Amino acid sequence: MAPQGDPILEVRDLVKHFPLTQGIVMKRQIGAIKAVDGVSFDLRRGETLGVVGESGCGKSTLAKLLMALEKPTSGSVKVNGELVDVHKGSNLKRFRRNIQMVMQDPYTSLNPRMTVGDIIGEPYEIHTDVAPKGDRRKKVQDLLEVVGLNPDHINRYPHQFSGGQRQRIGIARGLALQPEIIICDEPVSALDVSIQAQVINLLERLQTEFGLAYIFIAHDLSVVRHISDRVAVMYLGKIVEIGKDTEIYDKPSHPYTQALLSAVPVPDPEGRESRERIILQGDPPSPANPPSGCRFRTRCWKAQEICAVEEPLLQIRPGTDHESACHFAEVHDVVHAS
Amino acid sequence: MSDTLTEQKPKSVKPPKQKKPASLWSDAWYDLRRSKVFIIAAVMIAVLVVMSIIPGLFSSVNAFDPTTCDLTKARQGVSAAHIFGTDNQGCDTYSRVIYGARISIMVGVFSTLVTTLIGGLLGLLAGFYGRWTDTILSRVAEIFFAIPSTLGALLILALVGRENAGIWTVVVALSVLAWPMVLRIMRAAVMSAKSQDYVLAARALGAGPGRLMGRHILPNALAPVIVVATMNMGVFIAAEAALSFLGVGIQSPDISWGLMIADARNRFLQAPEALLFPALFLSLTVLAFVMLGDAVRDALDPKLR
Repeated sequence: MAPQGDPILEVRDLVKHFPLTQGIVMKRQIGAIKAVDGVSFDLRRGETLGVVGESGCGKSTLAKLLMALEKPTSGSVKVNGELVDVHKGSNLKRFRRNIQMVMQDPYTSLNPRMTVGDIIGEPYEIHTDVAPKGDRRKKVQDLLEVVGLNPDHINRYPHQFSGGQRQRIGIARGLALQPEIIICDEPVSALDVSIQAQVINLLERLQTEFGLAYIFIAHDLSVVRHISDRVAVMYLGKIVEIGKDTEIYDKPSHPYTQALLSAVPVPDPEGRESRERIILQGDPPSPANPPSGCRFRTRCWKAQEICAVEEPLLQIRPGTDHESACHFAEVHDVVHAS
Repeated sequence: MSDTLTEQKPKSVKPPKQKKPASLWSDAWYDLRRSKVFIIAAVMIAVLVVMSIIPGLFSSVNAFDPTTCDLTKARQGVSAAHIFGTDNQGCDTYSRVIYGARISIMVGVFSTLVTTLIGGLLGLLAGFYGRWTDTILSRVAEIFFAIPSTLGALLILALVGRENAGIWTVVVALSVLAWPMVLRIMRAAVMSAKSQDYVLAARALGAGPGRLMGRHILPNALAPVIVVATMNMGVFIAAEAALSFLGVGIQSPDISWGLMIADARNRFLQAPEALLFPALFLSLTVLAFVMLGDAVRDALDPKLR
C-alpha cells in the first residue's frame, strides 16, 4: 500500500463557519462557530491519512465537507485534479462515485426498514449506469462476500446482525460504486476492541485489494497509528501538525501532539510510573471565539507574547522534518521518554 | 502495540435454522397477533365493517325493514318481534342500528383517509424541506388548529345548510379541521427521521429528495401517523354522531346513530331502548378503534408502552 503518484484528493484552505443567529423573524448573525478553519492537505492513491484530535475539533465537520454533505464557507476540494462544485448536480454525482464514506455508528447508519440487499444495492439504483439491472443482485452478493458476510443473508434486515457485521454492511455499501477514496469517520469507535481489530484488518485488506485511499478519522491514537501512512493532528478547526506516522508518533514537534501522545495508555506496568505525562490545563476554548494568534496558546506551557499576536503557519520548522504550526516547535519524543 | 492486531478470519455466521426474514413491519404484525386487545378490537371492527357493507345479513333475523315503520307500534320495549324495541315512529330499532353502522364507518374511514393523506403529505414536505416551506405550512396549520373542531364543524355545516348536509359534507367539515394534527405528527416524525445517519449515508450516495423521502424517511416516520389515524377513526365517528345529534350532520331519512339518539331523547323515560341501543353501539365502535390504535402503537413502537 505504498502511496504513489499525484494526489488524488487536494484540499485547500477549507473553511466551514456555522452562523450563530439571534431573533426569530429578523435573523441577524451575531457570530459563527468556526468548526473548520483553513484546512489544507493532499491525499495520494492508496494512502491512508489519519486525522486525530479531541471531541469538537472539527473532525466530523471535515468529513462532511469532504463528502459534500455541507457546503464549505470557502476553500476548495479537488478530486483527480477536478474541482468539486457543490452547486452542480452532474459534477456532484460523478464526484460521489469516487468518494464514499463509512460512518461511525453501525446501529444508526443502516435503514432499519430495508433489507441488506436493498441497502448495499441502493448505490446501483442511484447510479444506474454502474451495473445493469440483472447484475445487481449478484454484485451485492459479491460485496457481502468481500466484506466477510454470508451472501445468503441478502434478504435479512440490519437488526438481525451484530455491531461488527453491521459495520461490514456499511463498508460494503461504501465499496459498491468502486470509489477511489473512502472517508472513515470513526469507523471502529462504536465497536468492541476485538471487533475493532477485525474491521481494521478488513479495511487494510480492502485497501491492498482495491487500491483505496482512506481518510481515517478517529480519536484512538493507537488505531490511527496502526492503519495510517500519514497523520494530521487537529485542534480547534485547524491542522496543527501533519507528517508520516513515524514522524508524528516518534518525533512530535507541536506541544499539543506531545500532550496527546503522552495521554495514550501504555500496556506495560513497568515503565508506566516513570514516563512523562503532560497534563493540559483548562478546556479547549469555544470555536465561536477562538484565541488570537495561536489557538493553542491558552493551554500551552511554551506560550509567549508572539503566540498571541502572530498565527503560526503550518510549515517545516528548523530541527523538524515535517510540518508543524508552532513558533517553538521542537522534537520531543514523549512516548519513548523515560 | 500495533502488532497485536492480528487478522482474524471473520466467521461466516450460520443461522441455527433458516427463519423467514423478519422486517420491522412483520415483527409488529407478529406482536399484534398475540395481543388480546388487538384481537378483541379487530373482531369488533370486522363485525361492524361487515354490518356496514351487507346490513341485510344481520337484520334478516327479524323481518323488519328499517324504513317500514308502524306508528301503532311506536315506543315499544324489548320483545321477541322487536329485540331492541321500537322508536317514536314505530320503526324497529335493531334494524335501524344495523343500517346506521354504514354511515358511521364511512364517515370514520373517509375522514381518516382525507386527513391522513393531506396532513401526511404536507407534514412530510414541511419536515423534509424545513425553512420557509415549513414556516408557511405550519402557520396555516396553526390557524386551522386554533378553531375548536366540533364548533368549527358545526359552523361549516350550518353555513352549508341542512338541505345540502349529508355524509360528504360531514366528511369535509371534519377533515378541514383535523388535518393539522396529522401534519404536526408527521412533521415531527420526519424531522427526527431526517437527521438519522442512514439518511446522511443515502445523501452521500447521491440520493435525490424523492428517494430520500420515499425510501428512507417515510417508512421510518409512518408509525406514529398510523397510530393517530386509527384512533382518529373513532374520534370522527363520535364527532359525526355529535353533529347529527345537533341536527347539522346526517339528515333523515338517512340513518345515523347520532340522529337516532337525537330522536329518542325527548321520550327517553317512555322508551329508553330507542336511545340506549344506538348509544351502546356508538360507544363500542369508538372503543374498538381506540383499542386498535393502542394495540397498533404498542406493536409499532414498544418504547412508548
